[in-house]
Amino acid sequence: MRMKLNYRITLFALAIIFVIFFSAPSLFQLQDGKKVTLGLDLQGGLHMLLGVKTEEAVKSRIKSIAASVKHFSERKDILIDKLNFDENGITLTLLDKDDVKTIQSFFHEIQGAVVVAVDESVSLSLSDEEILKTQQQAISQAIETIRNRLDQFGLTEPIVARQGEEKILVQLAGIKTIEEEQRARELISRAAKLELMAVDEDRAARVYSMTQSEAASYGDVILEDATNPQVKHLVREIPILDGSMLTDAHVGFDENNRPLISFSLNAEGAEIFGDFTGKSVGKHLAVVLDSKVYSAPVINERIGGGSGQISGNYTVMEAKDLAIALRSGSLLAPIYLMEKRSVGPSLGADSIKASLIALVGGFILVIVFMVVYYRMAGIIANIALIANLFIILAVMSLFGATLTLPGMAGIVLTVGMAVDANVIISERIRELIHEGKSIHKAIEDGYANAMSAILDANITTLIAAVVLYAYGTGAIKGFAITISIGILASMLTAILGTHGIYEMLEKRIQKSKNNLLWFGIKG
Amino acid sequence: MEFFKFSKTFDFMGKSKVAMIISIVLVLGSFALLATKGLNYGVDFAGGTIVQVKYNTAAPIDEMREKLKSNAIFEGASITEFGSEEEVVIRMRTTTGDVVVDVGDVTRETLVGTGEFEIRRVDIVGTKVGSELKEKGIMSLVLAVMGILIYVAFRFEWRFAVASIVALVHDVSIALGAIALVGLEVNLDVLAALLTILGYSLNDTIIVFDRIREGIVKGRDIEFAEIIDDSITRTLARTTLTSLTTLFVVFTLFMFGGEIIHAFAFTLLVGIIVGTYSSIFVASPTLLVFGFDVKKYHVKLAEKAKREAEKERIRSQFESGVM
Repeated sequence: MRMKLNYRITLFALAIIFVIFFSAPSLFQLQDGKKVTLGLDLQGGLHMLLGVKTEEAVKSRIKSIAASVKHFSERKDILIDKLNFDENGITLTLLDKDDVKTIQSFFHEIQGAVVVAVDESVSLSLSDEEILKTQQQAISQAIETIRNRLDQFGLTEPIVARQGEEKILVQLAGIKTIEEEQRARELISRAAKLELMAVDEDRAARVYSMTQSEAASYGDVILEDATNPQVKHLVREIPILDGSMLTDAHVGFDENNRPLISFSLNAEGAEIFGDFTGKSVGKHLAVVLDSKVYSAPVINERIGGGSGQISGNYTVMEAKDLAIALRSGSLLAPIYLMEKRSVGPSLGADSIKASLIALVGGFILVIVFMVVYYRMAGIIANIALIANLFIILAVMSLFGATLTLPGMAGIVLTVGMAVDANVIISERIRELIHEGKSIHKAIEDGYANAMSAILDANITTLIAAVVLYAYGTGAIKGFAITISIGILASMLTAILGTHGIYEMLEKRIQKSKNNLLWFGIKG
Repeated sequence: MEFFKFSKTFDFMGKSKVAMIISIVLVLGSFALLATKGLNYGVDFAGGTIVQVKYNTAAPIDEMREKLKSNAIFEGASITEFGSEEEVVIRMRTTTGDVVVDVGDVTRETLVGTGEFEIRRVDIVGTKVGSELKEKGIMSLVLAVMGILIYVAFRFEWRFAVASIVALVHDVSIALGAIALVGLEVNLDVLAALLTILGYSLNDTIIVFDRIREGIVKGRDIEFAEIIDDSITRTLARTTLTSLTTLFVVFTLFMFGGEIIHAFAFTLLVGIIVGTYSSIFVASPTLLVFGFDVKKYHVKLAEKAKREAEKERIRSQFESGVM
């Protein structure tokens, strides 16, 4: 007897070819084609949520304004009696009242500045709007900087994105060792703030007996030495220039073949640097990175050209990371850890193994049960079940979705739940056969009667899954994805696939008159 | 093979009183457990740190405890075996904000000298993120219930929606009670399991309701309780079978899925059993309590049909020009 092809089975067969084609790259780990990405919990990796201390960005903004006004007044030969600044603003007292106007107009050029002049003093603060802008900028700049740094770190596809208003999401897949993880974390969080500072020559000798607050009263700050924390340096608090004027940084070597970092400054930086060194021959210049003094050489002559070196006691690897950090720019504000999830690759591999065992075990149990209970109808349902698994894999590959451990659990669960639609249908058909309906009528009415139950039952589960996707985070989203695709696939395979198979086999079922073989019932 | 041959209708509604009592006792018991023992929130919701350590040999837990005492940040830390005796999990409430050196790193350094080990997992959740996750979690449960309520009310009738929500609350309460009873750590995965139970338990309920809806439309002179009994009996095979296949897979997940998936699988295991029970013994009797009147429904249906017919008649008269 010839089996008749119908539109359902044709569509189903086409769909199967389609999904097998698209799940092949993931299944056999082919080079080409879109593949399912494994989540960090399965392949190992680092997930972090970072916060930005935005108030620090405002503080450093004010500090850099202070540095620029200082440089400006030196050029214009304006004598400053006192210069104080804190996180709220700058207060400047001038010796000559006539200069107030010049300083005022300099301040007015600065965006968002609120300038107040009383007698010889001029004070500057930032408007609320400007403060907010500075804070927002600090976050976007941090994202940009971290992304730049990680792009040069050499991991495949690092993810750096803003999450919510003020959090930064960093996801690094494929981190193999603790050392590698720590290196990445150091690179991310390094402020990489380069400052060239003048040593306070008059008081430097007293540095070891001085407190930080006493130093502050002279407009100085005490900094530790990078190689030996016991060694202290007394430097002017307002830097000569900072890393914002840096254009390039790369690793070089000194005469003893020890790594060092060479940097170049832009034109403005080069000018300021040249001016300062020209004036300060015989004095010390401190090269400060992240509030640590790396060197404090004596200035022998005016240094033009705007380039310098940072020598320190670091390995080539450290120097390389440092150069990356300097090149990508400094972080305007320090970042801190809000959430971290790190999974070692061996745990990920164990999780894959365990969930695969559960998947195969559950799958075999269900398949055997369906055949024992429904006979041929069970085999037909099992075909749908296998098709479901391929559909999940293909859809996930096509959309580049991420498979996580909860996602694997979702697939295992789908195996148990996906037979549901076919169970509903088979039960309806059995019922109609018991009522004495013909095979044709039993199949057609069985499908028709089951339809509303299948739809309603699956849509409610889908509602829960969609909510989970919208509100879930990280790995849990993966569960929502697999379960949603699984539900949709099970409806599709039952309505289209198994119905088509029954239609195709209908004549044969009628002829055999063996309900035990086909539906597992007597009669 | 056939478990339930449909030859006679079981008297489910007659037994519903007994079931109601069992359900009420279980739900109240769960509430009591939640009130007294409470839920054991894990790091995801309470904030804190988890460090999973695997040793080459059996983990020297006593020695580890001794080592951890040396640093104040480990105060209140607990060490428990995780899946095998080589593997342990250290749980603490401490979190650190430093990106370069975090609690995980400190733990690793502190444990040096206790044997050869590997840090396999470090989870640090700051209190702020923890409370945000908790808020989001509760929101998601509420939203899911509301979405389902609206859908069922739209597809069936408000009494059906209320009855299914009663069943859902019943299921989730008992599942939470069971979690509290065994002291399972509540993390994001348990929340995901609870949401799955919502969907799953409803799935069963809807199948029964679908039959009841069919029964109401078909038979006008049958008592509502009888329709319910008939519907449950007819769907009994399906309810049991699907629950069974799902139970198969959840059970394999529970047994072989690994320690990380344990809490998730346990929650599902309880939820599926309770969910199956509730769709038969909670949802339908609740429907009965709300008193759905089949006769009234048919009168309404007939009136509606009459109105339609009247409209049709007027329309045809109008079209043929007879006024």
